[in-house]
Amino acid sequence: MSVTQSTYNYKVVRQFAVMTVIWGIVGMLVGVIIAAQLVWPELNLGWLHFGRLRPLHTNAVIFAFGGSALFATSYYVVQRTCHTRIFSDGLAAFTFWGWQLIIVLAAVTLPLGITSGKEYAELEWPIDILITLVWVAYAVVFFGTIAKRKVSHIYVANWFYGGFILAVALLHVVNSAAIPVSLTKSYSAYAGVQDAMVQWWYGHNAVGFFLTAGFLGMMYYFVPKQAGRPVYSYRLSVVHFWALIFTYMWAGPHHLHYTALPDWTQSVGMLFSLILLAPSWGGMINGVMTLSGAWHKLRDDPILKFLITSLSFYGMSTFEGPMMAIKTVNALSHYTDWTVGHVHSGALGWVAMVSIGAIYYLLPRLFGKPEMFSVKLITVHFWVATIGVVLYIASMWIAGVMQGLMWRAVNIDGTLTYSFVESVKASYPFWAIRFLGGLLFLVGMLIMAYNMVKTIAGGRTVDDALVLQPAAHHA
Amino acid sequence: MDINDLRSIVTVVSLLTFLGVVWWAYGVKGNKQRFEEAAQLPFLDEAADRAELGLDRNGQRKA
Repeated sequence: MSVTQSTYNYKVVRQFAVMTVIWGIVGMLVGVIIAAQLVWPELNLGWLHFGRLRPLHTNAVIFAFGGSALFATSYYVVQRTCHTRIFSDGLAAFTFWGWQLIIVLAAVTLPLGITSGKEYAELEWPIDILITLVWVAYAVVFFGTIAKRKVSHIYVANWFYGGFILAVALLHVVNSAAIPVSLTKSYSAYAGVQDAMVQWWYGHNAVGFFLTAGFLGMMYYFVPKQAGRPVYSYRLSVVHFWALIFTYMWAGPHHLHYTALPDWTQSVGMLFSLILLAPSWGGMINGVMTLSGAWHKLRDDPILKFLITSLSFYGMSTFEGPMMAIKTVNALSHYTDWTVGHVHSGALGWVAMVSIGAIYYLLPRLFGKPEMFSVKLITVHFWVATIGVVLYIASMWIAGVMQGLMWRAVNIDGTLTYSFVESVKASYPFWAIRFLGGLLFLVGMLIMAYNMVKTIAGGRTVDDALVLQPAAHHA
Repeated sequence: MDINDLRSIVTVVSLLTFLGVVWWAYGVKGNKQRFEEAAQLPFLDEAADRAELGLDRNGQRKA
């Protein structure tokens, strides 16, 4: 095996990996606070009321926690599977500091009420421009690295990461188009139902590409590596990729059932959402079956537990999603806590758990340790997090179905059986259980942070990992 | 041409594209070996794995 003088850039991976844990704690803490505000309304203080904090929570967990995890793992995976150092150290550093600046700006502007009011795209236009700059730099670094690869193939994980980077650029630029009227205020370039359609084309594809395609890239590298065997079917992964990215693009209208959106558009959205079950489950099965013949590894490897459990939640929520997109089911579920439960079964169960597994895989490697400070604490984290997710989604299912049934109940004379506030009152116990579930998940992240600090202590920053010519590709 | 013709064409072209992808993944003989090679990509640098974990050739921790 010949050795070149080049080394991998682990600095940027290390920075993003550590920030993943930190932003995870911040974002989930804000989530626990707003969950508490629903149970104890007197906690809504000044600027820090539910309406201001909720977008801060969603931005922090999706873009700060999830985004950092995606940057960290994609930079690691693309270097290792292309057998080359990252394309530009300077641009990679720019994406790190630029992304952190965006997060800080979000944390300042959202509580001040500076928002464009588009869900998951609340940040005002100057920050949107900064996001675009960082994202273009990200694309240049990622695709530049692929272009200078030392192997002929582009590994499937990089296809998913690449699809995620391109689609998010497209979504962000189109949905954020706005007319600025001052430094802190702008109005959408679209009007009426078109604005709603563009917003939910963006919104659902933020789920499909940011929260799914990117994390599937993670799955296709870290599940095989941790299981010590190649992916179950590489050919299935090829079909998985193209089917998933084609189908997701059309599912957005299911967020606008029974609105002013034309009926046929709603039906297209519903149909494509139903079709999505196939590629989603194809990918999930591909990930889980990678363990086929090595199931015993699940018993004592907590990192694999995180990765495989995340795929179970992925399978669950990608079954639930198409079901909720059916118009008649949506008539019951929409605007209720069922939606909130569905989102969190995906966000906590799938996105957070696969990220946590990948970061536990990376941390010892980035700090020159053979394993995490305490493998036992990873197991503790796993169980605390799993119980937290189950409490969260079960309570939201019950609350959601109950709310839907109460809102639609009518008396014989046609009047509503319940006032809205009666459904709020009936939801309290379930909101308390949700608060507890979220709190458990946050405690899990604190355990992770302790384990991370202990792992870093006395470690060395690995900056000398040599780029090795792939053995099987010698000319 | 009626807009419904266009809608039908888009549906048929989409289906054919999907079948084309499936054929490319499962039907093309030469691709089988390519994909098997690609699936091994994460495992071609175990020496780098050992190096970053601070392990020697036998997987033991370096002093």
